[in-house]
Amino acid sequence: MTATSLEAPPSKRFSLGGLLKTRELGIVLALTLLVAYTAIDNSRFLSGQSIRDNLLNTAILAVMATGQAIVVITRNIDLSVGSVLGISAFAVATLMSNNQDLPMIVALLAGLAIGAVAGLVNGVLVRYGKVPALVVTLGTLYIYRGITYSWAGGSQVNADELPRHFLTFANDSILGVPWLVLIALVVIAAGSVMMRNYRIGRELYAIGSSPPAAELAGIKVARNLLTAFVLSGALAGLAGVLYAARFGTVDAAAGNGMELNVVAAVVVGGVAVFGGSGSVWGAALGALLLTVIGSALAVLDINQFWQQAIVGALIILAICADRLVAVRIARSLRKRDAHV
Amino acid sequence: MLRSPRTLLSVTSAALLVAGLTACGGTTKDSASNTSGGGQSAAAADPNAAVKEGLKIAFLPKQLNNPYSDVETGGGKVAVEELKGEYKLVGPNDASASSQVSYINTLIQQQQDVIVVAANDPNAVCPSLNQARAAKIKVITFDSDASKDCRDAFINQATTEGIGQSLAKMALEQAGGEGEIAVLSATPNATNQNSWIEVMKEELKKPEYSKLKLVKVAYGNDDDQKSFQEAQGLLQSYPNLKAIVAPTTVGIAAAARYISSSSYKGKVAVTGLGLPNQMREYVKDDTVKKFALWNPADIGYLAAFAGANMASGKITGAQGEKFTAGKLGEYTIGADGEIVLGPPTEFTKENIDQFNF
Repeated sequence: MTATSLEAPPSKRFSLGGLLKTRELGIVLALTLLVAYTAIDNSRFLSGQSIRDNLLNTAILAVMATGQAIVVITRNIDLSVGSVLGISAFAVATLMSNNQDLPMIVALLAGLAIGAVAGLVNGVLVRYGKVPALVVTLGTLYIYRGITYSWAGGSQVNADELPRHFLTFANDSILGVPWLVLIALVVIAAGSVMMRNYRIGRELYAIGSSPPAAELAGIKVARNLLTAFVLSGALAGLAGVLYAARFGTVDAAAGNGMELNVVAAVVVGGVAVFGGSGSVWGAALGALLLTVIGSALAVLDINQFWQQAIVGALIILAICADRLVAVRIARSLRKRDAHV
Repeated sequence: MLRSPRTLLSVTSAALLVAGLTACGGTTKDSASNTSGGGQSAAAADPNAAVKEGLKIAFLPKQLNNPYSDVETGGGKVAVEELKGEYKLVGPNDASASSQVSYINTLIQQQQDVIVVAANDPNAVCPSLNQARAAKIKVITFDSDASKDCRDAFINQATTEGIGQSLAKMALEQAGGEGEIAVLSATPNATNQNSWIEVMKEELKKPEYSKLKLVKVAYGNDDDQKSFQEAQGLLQSYPNLKAIVAPTTVGIAAAARYISSSSYKGKVAVTGLGLPNQMREYVKDDTVKKFALWNPADIGYLAAFAGANMASGKITGAQGEKFTAGKLGEYTIGADGEIVLGPPTEFTKENIDQFNF
């Protein structure tokens, strides 16, 4: 993945970067062990079809995790992403079934736009309503889902109503890479570069590290926060289009409860829940790990109760690691101060 | 808090209604229950009686504008036309417990011959239904039953046995008579699915199924993504799998969608219980050869025929009585006035376009 192309951040942040790097390395290690163990049990787990399935299964979650990571890095959270996915999936599926000739790009843009509007509402409420993001997005989680329910009622859009090119988009490949996976890779790469190398990315980290300090340092907190929420919403909207294309059946309950998977992926991927650290590609790796766990347990014939328990254990492990990192950083900072 | 005036209003109106009912029924209440009780046992069925024409048959579904109910009552309308009767459809806009009562009272005043009702609450509609029966109106329930003592017959869409057997039969057919099969169900604690799977397992012990091996019951939690992953797991764990049987509409659609886009297409069959509209795509691209579900239109159709036969005196609702329901053939009334629609309808490429639900 994009992981290997990234180098450690330059000298000044080296110790912090190094620690983070080991955390993401941990995910890669866990992933390798899991795949190796499952493949020994059943070699078909490494077949082309299986790898393709796993990447396709990850794509939607990874797109959402990218947006969520950006929001969590700013010390906020976006719980409405599952509902945004639902409203976007239903809207786009309805749009496409009523206009069979619309090209795929229109569907993708429509999804992005719907999601961006939903995200903007979140951002405005959080920033100008001065309400914690947890509460705001919990509220909009229900509002967006409610809108979808009242709009869709009991109806659903079925595969035979959707245009052919829309459905095949989920399975078609370009140079052997499925479109869904390609979109996810582009989103992750763009998100990673933005957060690491661009001014807005660094400002978002700064806001997450210490909101008052960021404000005092002259960072335009309001504008940056809105951007983060709009990005998260837009990516959830994009995920909705991918969801509709992949599953072919969309009803008002699409993506119900998905926000928890997304938050889990982000936390497991090493993004600190208190903001300021972690990376987009780490969150994407988290999404991949959670998806592969789901597939591996199905192949290994393990009771699905364990799947939930393992995901829970991973989250707690990740938060413990978070804490450990925080303590170490605090100690190393104190030492450095002492030398001065 | 905001709702309290409305609640108060509906409580008051309900109370008034009840008061009204008891007031009206005051003296006739005892005689009413006598007549209905006596009517059932005393009036013997006359199997040779002709089914009358011009019967007024009213349908009262749980609520109007529900796609599934619409298909059911649509079947009823066809039957009433065949019977040369008068079809009437009334119903509330919400499926709350008491919303049907006023409609039943209106139907009594209009002197309908048969009321076909899907009870929103088994007890809330009972006093009104018994009033209707006292007025010599036959009451048939469908979809969801009212209490046994306030209706003449109940149309049961499917029995647990019927569905389990049908699943086993389709699995045998689709697997080509032998090999490994797997079940992709809803949640591990879904009551309906579990009882169907139990019957299916019993069925598989019979000699004609001896070459069929059920290797695993997987649970997709009625979630698309999870059902996808479980289907993928099944196909990887059991390379010789011949068929996936999904007794849930979400599961069968997800399994079909996955297989239609994977390298397993054509090698592994998918069957189970599904909605024709949801499955049309996969039946047409040959991923799914056959699946089943009860036909909602037939429920309404059968209910109309049962009601007409009863109003003509051919049957009374007692166990063992037989009657003919148009194109569906002959039916026998079971215990407690239950009439079972029969095995689920099977959908294939040839007939799927006739169904829209």
